[in-house]
Amino acid sequence: MSETPKPLIEVTGLTKTYHMGEVEVRALRGVDLKVRKGEFIAICGPSGSGKSTLFYVLGGLASATTGSVLIDGHDLSNMSDGERTQIRRDLVGFVFQRYNLLPTLSAMDNISMAQFIAGKPQHTEGWFKRSLEMLGVGHRLGHKPRSLSGGEQQRIAIARAIVNQPALLLADEPTGNLDTENSEVVLKLLRDLNERLGQTILMITHNPEAAAFAHRIIHMRDGRIV
Amino acid sequence: MINKLVIANLKHRWIRTILSSLAVGVQVTMILTIVGLSYGMLDDIGQRSRGVGADILIRPPGSSIIGLSSANIPEKLLDFVRKLPHVAIATGTTVHPIGGPNSVTGIELESFSAMSGGFRYIEGGPFRQPDEVVIDQFWARQNKLKVGDYASFMDRKWRVCGIVEPGKLARMFLPIKLLQDLSANTGKLTMIYVKVDEHENLQTVIDGFKKELPGYQIYSLEEFVSLISVDNVPGVKPFIYVVIGISIFVGFLVVFNSMYTAVLERTREIGILKALGATPQMVLSVLLREAVVLALVGSVAGILLTYVARWAIMHYVPGSLTQTIVPNWWPIATGVSLMGALLGALYPGWKAARQDAIEALSYE
Ligand SMILES: Nc1ncnc2c1ncn2[C@@H]1O[C@H](COP(=O)(O)OP(=O)(O)O)[C@@H](O)[C@H]1O
Ligand SMILES: [Mg+2]
Repeated sequence: MSETPKPLIEVTGLTKTYHMGEVEVRALRGVDLKVRKGEFIAICGPSGSGKSTLFYVLGGLASATTGSVLIDGHDLSNMSDGERTQIRRDLVGFVFQRYNLLPTLSAMDNISMAQFIAGKPQHTEGWFKRSLEMLGVGHRLGHKPRSLSGGEQQRIAIARAIVNQPALLLADEPTGNLDTENSEVVLKLLRDLNERLGQTILMITHNPEAAAFAHRIIHMRDGRIV
Repeated sequence: MINKLVIANLKHRWIRTILSSLAVGVQVTMILTIVGLSYGMLDDIGQRSRGVGADILIRPPGSSIIGLSSANIPEKLLDFVRKLPHVAIATGTTVHPIGGPNSVTGIELESFSAMSGGFRYIEGGPFRQPDEVVIDQFWARQNKLKVGDYASFMDRKWRVCGIVEPGKLARMFLPIKLLQDLSANTGKLTMIYVKVDEHENLQTVIDGFKKELPGYQIYSLEEFVSLISVDNVPGVKPFIYVVIGISIFVGFLVVFNSMYTAVLERTREIGILKALGATPQMVLSVLLREAVVLALVGSVAGILLTYVARWAIMHYVPGSLTQTIVPNWWPIATGVSLMGALLGALYPGWKAARQDAIEALSYE
């Protein structure tokens, strides 16, 4: 136990280059980032500045080209696809702009699927129940995504992302598809999750009002933090 | 939970699910119908052979068990057989093919009736005129014939004079002399049927025949019937194997196509599963299980369809075809459809498993 605990995320010199046939796209050009446990950080920046790419690398969906990425002490940069899948499953929850619920499953089954994949028992008591109450979607669980409003879908998506109590919640423009009212609800939820459950959150947003909910705002441009 | 997703996916695109299953099912029906026909027709030949009431059959040298061997037993042989000890009745037949699986059989009415116990006429009676034919009920039903109607075969018109209960050797009967002359087989027989005086003499008579008639094929009826089986008739097994091969291939194509479109259509869902931490194996397993469900549902449908096929055969062509239901083959046919389906799901599944999640999840 040291005075300053190791950060949850420690990114050093991260670059990511996409190869599209002959063309190389340098999406990240040297990112350094430290995030402490329990922080709520907003990431802002113009379209194409590499925000989503940073998330994919942090969540282990994409591999780093160079640099090191430590999540909770695990170095993702020299892991195989399989090992990164495991880290993602155990430590990371994703929320997307487009909700990305499985359309053929009910809201409840979407959440259960995340528990199943994580190999967690699909209990519906205790923390699970409390978090659903907090999200205010308890009465809509039997519905398919199609018959839910955007706000409801996004709240289900958040429930799915946190059901396995991940160390890190990555929300990529979670209010990008929502009206002001629903955006407000979702942002308050994220803040509640952070304050009441100590959930570490990184949130990409274009919206300064949304960014204001966070403790700290990081700006990105051309694949770098500025 | 995987199964829940599999079922939900199949229900979501239920028309495609039903069509794919049916297409798989038709393969199952095809196999089972071919097998059912093979067994059914052979069984039927056995049954009808029993209906003659003979104990011993004499066939010309070199003829195959099934198949319409030409008539080449000289008629004199029948007289010779009749004089052998312990022979109670002997009768000869001439069989002439009239296309497809159908044939007409020439009989000597008196000795044939004596041996078989006589026809049971449902309508009409025995032939008296040289243009008259006796047919059985199945042939009558298949061709919608009544007594007094005319049937055409062998380039002639025949008046139906009697309709008899099925089960005695053949479906169409003519006087043997007439048929021999018409088919340029005057004085020639296809087969001789023998009834012995006492059953205990059967073996003695057979042994005697074998000595007196070298080269001829002599069978007890039981022996003959047991020889009429899928294993003994050349061509049936290979034919079934060819059908199985085609079924696997078509099942493969159907499921491949169905799963391939499913994978293309579900890039986003697959990306979501991966974002949730699903392994490639799990993604593959979802698709393989979908294929298994398609194959199993298809197999059940296919099995049910064989009953429909049998009904259609009994209704429309009972005189030409006989199909039995062969439950022993259900697992085999199901296995065949499973194999085609799994092979078909393999490539789409592999493609899905290694699909890039990022591209699928990107907003645009
Ligand atoms: N899968 C990909 N393949 C190739 N290039 C990509 C891919 N994803 C993103 N890019 C490119 O990488 C750059 C950064 O994109 P992205 O991380 O999505 O930025 P942001 O989320 O900030 O809009 C862009 O130029 C984009 O076109
Ligand atoms: Mg983005």
